[in-house]
Amino acid sequence: MTELFPNINIAYGEIFLSFGALMLLMIGVFKNNSVNLVSWIAVGLIAVTLFLTVAAGSEQTYTFSNLFVADGFTRFMKVLVLLAAALAVIMSREFFRLEGDERFEFPILLVLATVGMMVMVSANDLMSLYMGIELQSLSLYVLAAFKRDSERSTEAGLKYFVLGALSSGILLYGCSLIYGFIGSTNFSSIAVALSNMGESGPPIGAIVGLVFVLSGLAFKISAVPFHMWTPDVYEGSQTPVTAFFAVAPKVAALALLSRTLYVPFGEMSGSWSQVVIFMSVASMLLGSFAAIMQTNIKRLMAYSSIGHVGFALLGLIAGNAEGLRGVMVYMFIYLIMNVGMFVCIMSMRRKEDGMVEDIKELSGLSKNHPIMAAFISIFMFSLAGVPPLAGFFAKWYVIIPIVNAGYFSLAVVAVLASVIGAYYYIRIVKVMYFDEPAEEFVPQKSKPMKIIATLLAILVLAFIIPQISGPVIESASSAALTLRQN
Amino acid sequence: MEYFPILFAITFLPLLGVLIILGISGEKEIVERNARNAALLTTVATFLFSMVLWFSFDKNTAGFQFVEEAEWLGSGIKYKMGVDGISVLFVLLTTFIMPICILCGWNTIKSRVKEYMIAFLLLECFMIGVFCSLDLVLFYVFFEAGLIPMFFIIGVWGGDNRVYAAYKLFLYTLLGSVLMLVAMLYMYGQAGTTDIPTLMQYSFEPHAQIWLFLAFFASFAVKMPMWPVHTWLPDAHVQAPTAGSVILAGILLKMGGYGFLRFSLPMFPVASEELAWLIYSLSCIAIIYTSLVALRQTDMKKLIAYSSVAHMGFVTLGIFAFNVQGIEGAIIVMLAHGFVASALFLCVGVIYDRLHTRDIDRYGGLVNIMPRYAFVFMFFTMASVGLPGTGNFVGEILVLIGIFKVSSWVAFFALFGVILSAAYMLYLYRRVVFGELIKEDLKNMLDMDRREIFIFAPLVILTLWMGIYPATFMDFMHVSVENLVVQHEVSMATYHATIEIVAGN
Repeated sequence: MTELFPNINIAYGEIFLSFGALMLLMIGVFKNNSVNLVSWIAVGLIAVTLFLTVAAGSEQTYTFSNLFVADGFTRFMKVLVLLAAALAVIMSREFFRLEGDERFEFPILLVLATVGMMVMVSANDLMSLYMGIELQSLSLYVLAAFKRDSERSTEAGLKYFVLGALSSGILLYGCSLIYGFIGSTNFSSIAVALSNMGESGPPIGAIVGLVFVLSGLAFKISAVPFHMWTPDVYEGSQTPVTAFFAVAPKVAALALLSRTLYVPFGEMSGSWSQVVIFMSVASMLLGSFAAIMQTNIKRLMAYSSIGHVGFALLGLIAGNAEGLRGVMVYMFIYLIMNVGMFVCIMSMRRKEDGMVEDIKELSGLSKNHPIMAAFISIFMFSLAGVPPLAGFFAKWYVIIPIVNAGYFSLAVVAVLASVIGAYYYIRIVKVMYFDEPAEEFVPQKSKPMKIIATLLAILVLAFIIPQISGPVIESASSAALTLRQN
Repeated sequence: MEYFPILFAITFLPLLGVLIILGISGEKEIVERNARNAALLTTVATFLFSMVLWFSFDKNTAGFQFVEEAEWLGSGIKYKMGVDGISVLFVLLTTFIMPICILCGWNTIKSRVKEYMIAFLLLECFMIGVFCSLDLVLFYVFFEAGLIPMFFIIGVWGGDNRVYAAYKLFLYTLLGSVLMLVAMLYMYGQAGTTDIPTLMQYSFEPHAQIWLFLAFFASFAVKMPMWPVHTWLPDAHVQAPTAGSVILAGILLKMGGYGFLRFSLPMFPVASEELAWLIYSLSCIAIIYTSLVALRQTDMKKLIAYSSVAHMGFVTLGIFAFNVQGIEGAIIVMLAHGFVASALFLCVGVIYDRLHTRDIDRYGGLVNIMPRYAFVFMFFTMASVGLPGTGNFVGEILVLIGIFKVSSWVAFFALFGVILSAAYMLYLYRRVVFGELIKEDLKNMLDMDRREIFIFAPLVILTLWMGIYPATFMDFMHVSVENLVVQHEVSMATYHATIEIVAGN
């Protein structure tokens, strides 16, 4: 299997982006006032990477001694990660320009984190899994604490770092247990080894190891009970960072989780499905109940993201390609809604107070800024999962496989959680439309922000049209089949 | 497609109106005037389009007509629209009521006119969609989507306690319908399709039917609303602007009844029969209890809201009588209630616009200064009571005949509703219209103007038409209803035959 020279064709994207990041660093260091340039080049780099990733094809190919895999599934997930990254770079550029705090390191760190996520998505070995996670996490720790003279931001970074390090430790411990009991770190070998176990079943140490690995990954997707950091980090970090946190790392970690559960440990689905069911139900319920009392919109989005991860996990429980498709469609729609919502949150800016984050600041928004209010309502109703908006279809595609697999009570819990969740989403709509107007915001002047928000809102509205949703769903279906054949 | 997709046009024409209104800009007054005109024009055009259904609907077949199909979500989920004898009248009811709604908010809505008109047009699109859908998912999408504009209509243009009412409406209905969603997914998994005509022929396992029935029941009972999940309705009615109440009473409440007819009865025949006792008891309680509650109300809108719950009790009784008279009666009660309850809310709206209170005690002796109003109000009061010659009478008598065939006791209890409805309606009428005109602020009230008369005239005509010559309407539904009943009897016969075979072994 070991080649003299590895086949790098399928890793062009990652390689290109890594070199690109280093080049950006050079530009940033040697050229004065280069923030704008660095940002736009970063967007360009991501766009080229996107192209390379798509061009790599969807055939399942392994390389680097089976450490690295590319197939339809990785392609789909990488596209999502790259989209989220590109949008985050654009948003952060607009944001920091208004804050008057421009630093070229920001886009570079973002690009590096993206490389880490791409490695995570393509990981086919416990080693590459860890490498990807660490590259991603280290960049994200810095991003969380990016506003270094702000107490909140530093606290967020520190909290994220300490808890993240802990979870990495747990994950590594799990990896070592698995290696010790099964004798390989490679996903394909683990799968073969497990299927040869026969009647005796997997060794107990491997199960414990898997639970540890699951816990480590649960931290990354902020699933209950490893969600504690999420609200604080979301609130403390600057808004574009939060927007990035809310989407890209979750997509990557969820992709990794899906592969880990389906490929090496597919045989052990009986053991892990209870754990995933617990995480899913607990996340959905906590996401719905805890968000009710929130007054800060970013904290609210944090709890909402916990709830949404719970929903996305539903798809994994079914354990088949249909469920996987659900997860992929869910993450796609989740990306649209969340990025759209964060663009709106970034438009909550007053002349004298700067950025505001309290929900009550949105009072009567529909009078002062009718378009922004309309956009937020679209995103909110969509996050609540009310048809005919995209959020409904996200839920639809994860609940179908659950019902088909016979988990009726799980489906009922899920839909009930979505009703409770609807309460706090429509509360925002209520504040904007039914309450007396608060002071006006500074109108959003940035063209890119307006374009992003408009496009995403239209996408949320138009997802019901088959010509728009069809390609997404079809590519998710065929991509899911590359990971799991039934 | 060989012919013009008429249902597509009727359903989505209001959306075109929305786009046009969105495009209006300029000075506030001009925008408002144009928005009103555009909305009225759109709803009238939609009504005229829907007249095609009235004239070219084939009354001699039970199947679905004007069917249009297109690929949608794939794997058996399609965009499929069509109407049969049961749904066509509801579509017409919707397109008929909408221009009236727009007209009645013409002068009274002063803030955010543009948004108001958009909300109503969206609602029209969704409501027509509900009655035309021939696909479960499509139905669900329209069914739920209607909540969004309704939430805004109550929340933005409603009364003092509007936020509470809007929340209650939204969450209550959402809670009911998500359970239905799970049931729909199960049906999709079992039958592999969401095509409604196919599912009507599909026989689900009797045991599963009970659960499916209960899940659908959760949704439709809330929408209907049936006792004890009716409490959102009085709040929503009281807080909603007049046009909102009209839509709510006139059309939205009919979705529950329509759902029972379209889904529960044909798809879960065994469960319907097994759980009919539940429906009977809830309906009887609803009829008697809410009538008594209505008697004690001091708020006019609340009184009419409770009377709606009682009338809907008749509808459920009729549907679950499983015979032609009962079901036809139920549909007629729904249509007649659509006209009469709408008109009663409009009547309340007329005096509310003048005095800005719905408190019954603040009125009295209106007959002295508002003779035209007194006449119209009298007419609809009598219609609501079920006076012969009005649509309600026809519907109620058919329901009672239908249910009498099944159980005379249920009919006995239901009859109390007729008596009590006379009590609370006449009591309301006496307090508002008759008596001495002693209250100072009433003395300057003007009688109905030409716009208001214009709004009421078609409702009066239709109510009389339905009461005097109901055949016009019954002809539409007769074949479909007969087919529904025959299908039901066939599936029940098969079910009993299988039970006997099992028992025989």
